[in-house]
Amino acid sequence: MSKVNWDDYLSKGFYDELIKAPGQARPEAELLCHYLANLDARELAEHKTAAEVAIQLMGITFTVYTEGNMIDRAWPFDIVPRIIPLEEWRKTDAGLKQRVQALNMFIDDLYHDQKIIKDGVFPAEVLAQSVNFRPQCVGISTPHNVWAHICGSDLVRDDDGTLYVLEDNLRVPSGVSYMLENRNVTKRVLPELFAGGRIQPVDDYTSQLYDMLASLSPRPGDDPNIVILTPGIYNSAYYEHSYLAAQMGVQLVEGPDLMVGDDDCVYMRLIDGLQRVDVIYRRVDDMFIDPEVFNPDSMLGVRGLMRAWRKGNVALANAPGAGVADDKVVYAFVPKIIEYYLGQQPLLPNVPSYLCMFEEDRKYVLANLDKLVVKPANESGGYGMLIGPHSSAKERAKFAELIKADPRNYMAQPTLNLSTSPTLCGNQMEPRHVDLRPFILSGESNWVTTGGLTRVALTKGSLVVNSSQGGGSKDTWIVDLAGN
Amino acid sequence: MLSRVAENVYWLARYLERAEDTARLLSVNSHLLLDLPRPTQLGWSEIIAITGNDELFDEHYPTRDEASVLTFMCGDRRYTGSILSSLSAARENLRTTRDVIPREIWEEVNQMYLNVKEQVGSGITPRRRDAFLGRVIRSCQTVNGLIESTLSYTEVRSFLMLGRQLERADMTTRILDVRSANLLPRSPEDLTPFETLQWMSVLKSLSGYQMYRQHVRLRIRGPDVLQFLLQNQKFPRSVACALERLANALITLPRHEAALNEVETCRQDLANAEIAVLAAEPDRLHAFVDDIQVDFDELHEAIRQTYFAQPEDGAQTQSQTQTQTQTQSQSSSGASTPKHG
Repeated sequence: MSKVNWDDYLSKGFYDELIKAPGQARPEAELLCHYLANLDARELAEHKTAAEVAIQLMGITFTVYTEGNMIDRAWPFDIVPRIIPLEEWRKTDAGLKQRVQALNMFIDDLYHDQKIIKDGVFPAEVLAQSVNFRPQCVGISTPHNVWAHICGSDLVRDDDGTLYVLEDNLRVPSGVSYMLENRNVTKRVLPELFAGGRIQPVDDYTSQLYDMLASLSPRPGDDPNIVILTPGIYNSAYYEHSYLAAQMGVQLVEGPDLMVGDDDCVYMRLIDGLQRVDVIYRRVDDMFIDPEVFNPDSMLGVRGLMRAWRKGNVALANAPGAGVADDKVVYAFVPKIIEYYLGQQPLLPNVPSYLCMFEEDRKYVLANLDKLVVKPANESGGYGMLIGPHSSAKERAKFAELIKADPRNYMAQPTLNLSTSPTLCGNQMEPRHVDLRPFILSGESNWVTTGGLTRVALTKGSLVVNSSQGGGSKDTWIVDLAGN
Repeated sequence: MLSRVAENVYWLARYLERAEDTARLLSVNSHLLLDLPRPTQLGWSEIIAITGNDELFDEHYPTRDEASVLTFMCGDRRYTGSILSSLSAARENLRTTRDVIPREIWEEVNQMYLNVKEQVGSGITPRRRDAFLGRVIRSCQTVNGLIESTLSYTEVRSFLMLGRQLERADMTTRILDVRSANLLPRSPEDLTPFETLQWMSVLKSLSGYQMYRQHVRLRIRGPDVLQFLLQNQKFPRSVACALERLANALITLPRHEAALNEVETCRQDLANAEIAVLAAEPDRLHAFVDDIQVDFDELHEAIRQTYFAQPEDGAQTQSQTQTQTQTQSQSSSGASTPKHG
């Protein structure tokens, strides 16, 4: 490993999160960059090894399931944190709260009066074709009228330095345990830099999550029974499910551990009999939570769960049907949704979006496929996308056909020049593209993580940050410059 | 505590103990054989007979020689009681209960499994046999030590104790069975010169030689050894002691009456054993071991019914029966949970 020399570090054409220009760190990154530059090559290598050892020891893994074999892979982690000044984060925090509040009002409206459609702000045809709208949820009232209790929104920064919201994950967003573990690893590896209290702590998440879940209990006053429902060890996020259960001190259950009685209440099977369950943080997709209502072959859910939920005997987080707003076409309407419900201008910008369902947009998309990123409405994890500037003529022709066949299912956005952050690659410090996933909790009140999970595309030039496709992650520091 | 988690924890402990005791069983047999004179018609075949897996073994191995029996007992995944299968099952049960068990325990079990897998992969030769079996025993003891020193005195520990003690009682009787299963010459005159040696190796395989000498203070004699391993209240690997500790764990759990009754049955049958007759007649010893193992099965069944069975199996109110039956059909085909048997 060679010594870090920031004079040689250049992220050409991109906004870099730490380095303004070669040799010049941003004010919030000065201490870190100075510290790293003062390490000799051997010390730097030792820091990297220390992080790897910590990750192995702590058993931080994610699961890859291939050809019948289950592999727990060590979590790919980069020791160089990504830094955001507190001043900027406060605005982002407010923008996220505003956004998720409006989205929850939108979901609640869609399952009740659909005023936004009647008022002509949101097209009925978009809803009619939404694969995540659940007719089974119409008319149901949820605690605090909240549907998306846990939201993970992906933020990216363009070359002009603006943070955009790229998407909102309202179904079963994951990654928060890695945000917490990344901080634990970094504290072990770079303890010197935490002295002085400028770096805002992140470890309040699990208690906030517990309080939020408890606020949903149908039996207020009691000490509520909260459980996490996991699909089981073959799920790629099983580590996270087990981690959150252990941190909150709640039971980690699988479908067969629960049952719904004739009184339409949910019970868990304990060694001394059945015990009523009040709140289920479910990490199982809508379609699998109740074979009585959704996928009848599901072995992951609980028969009768929807019955119990409809009667208000159990709270589900996130509520079934919340995914209706987790749709890349609905996304394009979020600025209007915020204006409609809150009478406010969005504090955080959307990436400009073209909806192929509208003729004018579609024409523009088909004519500019080589410049745009085309996404299917309901895929997650970066699958099924066309990245125009990196595509072949053949791929573009294929996507043109797909769009014409099912225009509702596609939307397009200009390619953003995703920001970079210094990353230890091999034995060099190199710029790699990053995004940021903060988590927003909504119950009685709203709460946003301090920062979030920074994901990094470890392959040079790559924009794909998903861990299933070669992405890694970094600790995210919100730094208070006033504390200097 | 969730029934599913309790069941996984119980089987985790059973499989760990089974791995350790299988290593002890193989160890007693090899020591026994080394001490016997050449002409004795003894071998490795009886080990297979004791496990009750003759058919499975004969299907895959042409002869019951040492190498084949060792391969089968240590590393054959087709046999669910092999050391490798036991450790693999222990690890799978532990994987789904990591949120209730300290992390170091997972790491030790995981590492032991990976080591054993590698070693059986390169073959267990007679020369490496003792070292291999010794390592398995030591690793299992390490896990037990971690449990002892890091796991709180909660229901999790109680279920670990139930699994461990029941498996230990069961395996100690199986190890005694090696002594009985037509292993030894029938005429007392043939037997006498080597009797001491044989009983000594049984004791040593259970790490019980020194404790025996302290408790019994007599020369090694069959009836005394048998009594020590069946009825002694203080030696941890004796059947009576294992049952005592099992009962102590059981009474910390709710609704323990049915299972405790079964423990009582085991204890009575144990107390009524005519030690002198059993020591003199291998066939009677064999029959006794069979009987007490039936007691153990019934004890296991009582534990299962009380704590692990889904409520639709009959333990709950009638008003809920229908819904529960539906849930049961679903759970029985569930994909991810426990491995046992």
